[in-house]
Amino acid sequence: MRPETSERLPGLSLGLVAGACLVLLTLIGIVEAFSQREIVSGVLSMGEGLLLFTGLFIAYLAADRGLRSAGAGRALAAGIVCGVAAAALLGGLVLLSRAVNLRQVLINASPAVFQMLLFQQEELLPGLALLGATGLLAGAAAAGLRLLPPVPRKAVTAGLVLVAGLGMLQDTVYPVLSSWGPLGDIADWVFEGLGLSRGGALLLFLAAAAASAAWAVKGQALRGGIEKLSPAGRRGLRFAGLALLAFVLAILPQALGLFLSEVLTIVGLYVLLGLGLNIVVGFAGLLDLGYVAFFAIGSYTVAILTSPELGFFSLGFWQALPFAVLFGVIAGVLLGIPVLKMRGDYLAIATLGFGEIIRILVLSDSLRPWLGGAQGIGKIPKAEIGAFEFAGPQEIYYLILAGCFLVGFISWRLRDSRIGRAWMAVREDEDVAQAMGINLVAAKLLAFATGAGFSALSGAIFASKIGSVYPHSFNVMISINILCVIIVGGIGSMPGVIVGAFALVGLPELLREFAEYRLLVYGAALVAMMLLRPEGLWPEATRRRELHEGEIEPQAEPPAAAAAGRP
Amino acid sequence: MAMLEIRDIHTYYGNIHALKGISVEVERGEIVTIIGANGAGKSTLLKTASGILRPRSGSIRLEGRELTRLAPHEVVREGIVQVPEGRRIFGRLTVLENLDMGAFTCSDRRRNAANLERVFTLFPRLKERSRQVAGTLSGGEQQMLAMGRALMANPKILLMDEPSMGLAPVLVDGIFETIRRLNEAGTTILLVEQNARMALQVARRGYVLQSGSILFSDAAAPLAENEMVRKAYLGEH
Ligand SMILES: Nc1ncnc2c1ncn2[C@@H]1O[C@H](COP(=O)(O)OP(=O)(O)OP(=O)(O)O)[C@@H](O)[C@H]1O
Ligand SMILES: [Mg+2]
Repeated sequence: MRPETSERLPGLSLGLVAGACLVLLTLIGIVEAFSQREIVSGVLSMGEGLLLFTGLFIAYLAADRGLRSAGAGRALAAGIVCGVAAAALLGGLVLLSRAVNLRQVLINASPAVFQMLLFQQEELLPGLALLGATGLLAGAAAAGLRLLPPVPRKAVTAGLVLVAGLGMLQDTVYPVLSSWGPLGDIADWVFEGLGLSRGGALLLFLAAAAASAAWAVKGQALRGGIEKLSPAGRRGLRFAGLALLAFVLAILPQALGLFLSEVLTIVGLYVLLGLGLNIVVGFAGLLDLGYVAFFAIGSYTVAILTSPELGFFSLGFWQALPFAVLFGVIAGVLLGIPVLKMRGDYLAIATLGFGEIIRILVLSDSLRPWLGGAQGIGKIPKAEIGAFEFAGPQEIYYLILAGCFLVGFISWRLRDSRIGRAWMAVREDEDVAQAMGINLVAAKLLAFATGAGFSALSGAIFASKIGSVYPHSFNVMISINILCVIIVGGIGSMPGVIVGAFALVGLPELLREFAEYRLLVYGAALVAMMLLRPEGLWPEATRRRELHEGEIEPQAEPPAAAAAGRP
Repeated sequence: MAMLEIRDIHTYYGNIHALKGISVEVERGEIVTIIGANGAGKSTLLKTASGILRPRSGSIRLEGRELTRLAPHEVVREGIVQVPEGRRIFGRLTVLENLDMGAFTCSDRRRNAANLERVFTLFPRLKERSRQVAGTLSGGEQQMLAMGRALMANPKILLMDEPSMGLAPVLVDGIFETIRRLNEAGTTILLVEQNARMALQVARRGYVLQSGSILFSDAAAPLAENEMVRKAYLGEH
């Protein structure tokens, strides 16, 4: 963060930003939509939590600025001013709602939400006082958190994140846990109503904080211990780790049940797509906005080759799959050739057009006998191996998992190969890459073709999963979503794709109330990323270096990486 | 027969006739310089020689092999390597990764290791900073890196486009000293410069380029004495 320029009241500007954010959240109805969910039953609903955590976060930033410019006292002052300012704006909103009928313009400005802001007080004054006090306390708490030494600070953050996360996902986590024998009893105690029980929340908070602190204190020693192991021992440990991972991945659909398996398959498809686009955008630096076209080509190839509805062919899924990938690759090259000389924005626009062309083609009435038109193509058979049919999400999961492994492995090998180096050079500087003896045409076409092949593969799986294909499944938003996944995860980073897909695709699936606000959340997530963590959640090494060069504080491992226990 | 023979090259940008029948020869082991004002066509000539621009007519031969129709990456393999104008290092990669990129065309590890050793002996500064992100190097160091990177590609002849551009006078001396050392170690160099004074000091021969044509050529010493050159390019009256 930039050091604060002389501001008379520290934290005031960020406080106004926080207040504006909270007012906006309240007015667009997201707070009310989420007030059905509870984080801690009877204590904190998710709507309230959303306001509280947003406020806490911004107050934390204010305290951080204060600390950097003038020390602890200033940090505390900044946090408190920020909290009070934010609460004041919310209070102002409540007063405004009493004076004029906001609902005439803003349909979501319901009395219930204002009642919530007043902590359900009948009288205006005590309510406003409570609101102000909460702002003050939250600001002070955020500043206090900032002033803690790193280890307890991380511990408290971990505790808060776990409580908020599990609380808001109660409706998915609790049913799963309660079906797991002895864990069920614990789950019955930890969860209560639509959220966590008070005891449960406390327990989880303490557990996460303790785990985080233990890792901070002992983690280094543990890593050192692993490094001291003999090569055979290390290999054994690695093997055990992989075996455990394989086991968990194998039982996941059974353990999680139908609904979560469905969510996993959707996330998995985005991981597949993301890994493919990552080659084009992340490795080779070619901004491709028409990526959905290849997804569509894969889907339609499988549909045309397998569906009895059209009656041209009646191949099985596995026979159609190679054609789908092949056509995807060919389309990738065909798109690549005309745009070889284009860069940056021009390339983005041209590829965007290509995506639309494919969608309009499959929608067209004159091609209806071959492509199904607006009605799409149905009766696409499921994939099967022997007697095992990839019928429902719990089975298709394995198909997608296998696809992810295949594509991940290929990407990884490509990245570290000669062509990977060529891509990196093209991404950094095309002209110089050429002067280094890199064949630009080959490198770019290979990137387009590989990415397109992966996209077509996911399209093929998608077609068989849904059982039918429609033009509207392939609109430009898919391309944008995949791009967002890569950006949020960290451009060029393969683990980043996975993290990004879970964050941007998985979470909204679980929090269905988000659906309406999905684009808003994407936008907010992207802006927040650019401001706070421009290199992505799990960045690739080159980018991390670039964006953190000259930073004085030694950069610890990124939180996402630490949470996933990366060595 | 000269090592590099550029014969009667005509290069166009659309309708703009940028090179109007240029012939240049470089013998093995020489430094030849091309001097000329802004927009004379110096960069265009180097880009044509390295295959980035395609001449409408004329021929380019290296050791008698015809290169005129080859793609740029093939020209690099043949041994013509450019140090591009304005340095153009890969700013986000480390020094070592940059040098590694230079060796893209060569998959002989032992040879690459030997080349790296050679670059590090030539530029000890790069060795000290081998893990540093190249974008954070000073201007002079970046020029060293650009040269080192080109050397990694086993050039038979190095084409340098204004290596002294944008560098402080102190550093310029260093750069020309390096060029001299490179040449003494056996690299043939075609050097494009606006700093005609320095260029004519290191070069053996020179060509004067004006609006796409060669005005005249001579050995470096007489060129530096030439009345017209002194007026136009050495700023003397
Ligand atoms: N891409 C281009 N398209 C059109 N004209 C160009 C292009 N590049 C260069 N030119 C023109 O060709 C002529 C020669 O340009 P060139 O870059 O070779 O000059 P130069 O001698 O290298 O100049 P400088 O010393 O400024 O680098 C100039 O008139 C320039 O405007
Ligand atoms: Mg030039």
